[in-house]
Amino acid sequence: MEAATPSARGPGSAPRWLLGAMPLALIAIAFAAFALLGGPGLGDRRGPPVEDLAVERTVLRPGEIELAVRNTGPDAVTVSQVSVNDAFVDFDPGQGGAVGRLQSRVLTLDYPWVEGGVYTISMLTSTGATIDHQIDSAVETPEADPSFFGLMALLGTYVGLIPVALGMLFMPFLRGIRERWMRAVLAFTVGLLAFLAIDGTLEGIDVGNASAATFGGVELLFLGAALAYLSLAALDRYLTARREAAKGAGAGEFRLALMVATGIGLHNLGEGLAIGSAYAIGELALGAFLVIGFALHNTTEGIAIVAPLARGERPGLRCVAALGVIAGAPAILGAVIGASAYNEELATFLIGIGVGAIVQVIGQLVPSIRDSEGRALNIPSIAGIIAGGAALYLTGLLVAV
Amino acid sequence: MDKLSRRKLLAGGTAGAAAAGLSQLVPGAGPALARGADAHEHAGAGEGSHGGGAEGPTFRKGAAVDHGANGFDPSELVRHFDWGRTRRLASGRVLREWTLVAEDKEIEVAPGVHYPAWTYNGRVPGPTLRCREGELLRVHFVNSSDHPHTMHFHGLHPAQMDGVPGIGAGLVPTGGSTVYEFDARPFGVHLYHCHAAPLAEHIARGLYGAFIIDPKDGRPDADELVMVMNGFNTNFDAQGNQVYAVNTVAFHYVDQPVCVSRDSPVRLYVVNALEYDPINSFHIHGNFFNHFPTGTSLTPIEYTDTILQGQAQRAILELEFPYDGDYMFHAHKTEFAELGWMGFFRVGNGATRGAGAADYCDLGELETPGA
Repeated sequence: MEAATPSARGPGSAPRWLLGAMPLALIAIAFAAFALLGGPGLGDRRGPPVEDLAVERTVLRPGEIELAVRNTGPDAVTVSQVSVNDAFVDFDPGQGGAVGRLQSRVLTLDYPWVEGGVYTISMLTSTGATIDHQIDSAVETPEADPSFFGLMALLGTYVGLIPVALGMLFMPFLRGIRERWMRAVLAFTVGLLAFLAIDGTLEGIDVGNASAATFGGVELLFLGAALAYLSLAALDRYLTARREAAKGAGAGEFRLALMVATGIGLHNLGEGLAIGSAYAIGELALGAFLVIGFALHNTTEGIAIVAPLARGERPGLRCVAALGVIAGAPAILGAVIGASAYNEELATFLIGIGVGAIVQVIGQLVPSIRDSEGRALNIPSIAGIIAGGAALYLTGLLVAV
Repeated sequence: MDKLSRRKLLAGGTAGAAAAGLSQLVPGAGPALARGADAHEHAGAGEGSHGGGAEGPTFRKGAAVDHGANGFDPSELVRHFDWGRTRRLASGRVLREWTLVAEDKEIEVAPGVHYPAWTYNGRVPGPTLRCREGELLRVHFVNSSDHPHTMHFHGLHPAQMDGVPGIGAGLVPTGGSTVYEFDARPFGVHLYHCHAAPLAEHIARGLYGAFIIDPKDGRPDADELVMVMNGFNTNFDAQGNQVYAVNTVAFHYVDQPVCVSRDSPVRLYVVNALEYDPINSFHIHGNFFNHFPTGTSLTPIEYTDTILQGQAQRAILELEFPYDGDYMFHAHKTEFAELGWMGFFRVGNGATRGAGAADYCDLGELETPGA
């Protein structure tokens, strides 16, 4: 402790830590008093209670509909009765009693739903308010057993890992091309990533608007993006520092490739999430068309990863394989999460992570597309950016989930 | 359980037990229900023991309405007729008087669902006012509600006694009172309701009741029941109702069947007070009835098992039950049925009518048809 130095003491004689602790303690006491006295002078809410429940998850089993609800309003909510398509049903209210603010509850409805049916579930609260939830097309929710996780892993491998690996096969070709063309290829990567960033932002706004406002809605998208951007910046600083320490030649290219792979990997996490959740609610037709579509779409991502490696020293096979796993494997994780624990808040946040990561990576790539006069927008790079955006737009048409 | 395919369902058959339950209890999906022997299993199980899944609509099992807190029990209300106070005037004519108080009261319309109702005498529907043709009627109306109200009777009377705003006593403000006086005519089953604006809300909130004028010579002896078809727009969106019923408490007569005697006349006074929905209907299983619309003629217009009523339409239905067992009755607008407007008659072999509510369903051994 440096209590003796002048800077650690205030003008009086109180230790520095006390000056910090005292306001903290006073703030805590003020808050506690305010809470205990119920906001003196403010009175109660005007008007009836505001009741709001968000359905976070719907599980359909034969003869049964399970709803995981969360109270996203300011007041406690008691679900007294439930009707499905204008018929009251028996239900298990979970723990029973009122659902407090931000608490969740699982309601299990005894209802003979049929596949393909459209169901409006109306929760009638103790005050007579109704909170509706629609099931657009009823389909049995897959059991979360090993074979299901196996299927999701296979799906993630098909749409994430394999296409990225295929795209990376272009590395030997890229290593042979001239500097001018190289800039175009890297610009292609920039265009492609820019497209993904815009696409992800739009999707995140959509999903965020559908999520409960209590948890921030679209704010979660930007929170995720900022977090990913700053985390990747920190990772970049760390890798740069290590490279300087090792003074390894060619490490700069590999570092760039690693950053691109990480950004794309975080993006693929969100993409896997969308695929997995669509599968779980029966909106995704598994089949060759889907896999081929995603393969074309994600193969371009593989090219983006190996583009920085075209310059400099030839990297080892294991390093390249590691890059492929970093970029592709998160799709597997995303698919598993999406199919088993999807909710809009999580999805918004994860999409934000992908967007932030991509924006960071674009910043990393821009120096590589500058020409000899330092202009980022030169003829080859402009052509590359346009080609990258167009490639993703066109292949994206094949896989609208 | 096998997955149900859409095609299978359209073909009218589903797998196994589900099919049996569906045809039994979904209104109109199968033959008239006569539960016979297994009625006993249901009888003692208390409220919420019926239905569930493909067996039919139900409230959450184990939940029940607190009739004590409501201050009225539909099982008693169904046979309650308020004859008021009478005295003979110098002219020899009978003067019949009632006092009705409008008051705001929260009532439980489905287990756990509370509705801020406006009531006559603390109950919904209001008391069933009953009198004889030709009597002089005097209704003392006191408004203890926070809102202005009136009492508007369907019947023959002068404009001053019509209970509408701006004519005669007009709106009766909070704390105010008035007296409506008119002759009892024509005989039949009528209704009364508040006519303050907004009219739809004042009716929907619960300000209505049946008003029965017997013919001078009365009607033949029968077990008489009053059934006011109503509903509650609990979320106040004025787009239909969330809960439907007869005599307010949804599914009440499913869990507490209306017990009647076999081979003896039953007379139903059915009034449609439902707001926000254009039509209502009344259908009975395993039986037919004589239909006397508005009860103003002593000759029935048809022998049927289903009638349709717009708001304020009403009828007398006369029937006998030839077999023992439980017989469903419900709106054949099946949406209303599955949202609460559904019940059972429990038919036994006599000697139970007129007993207290607790005794109604103690019918001894039920005779199963054909057994």
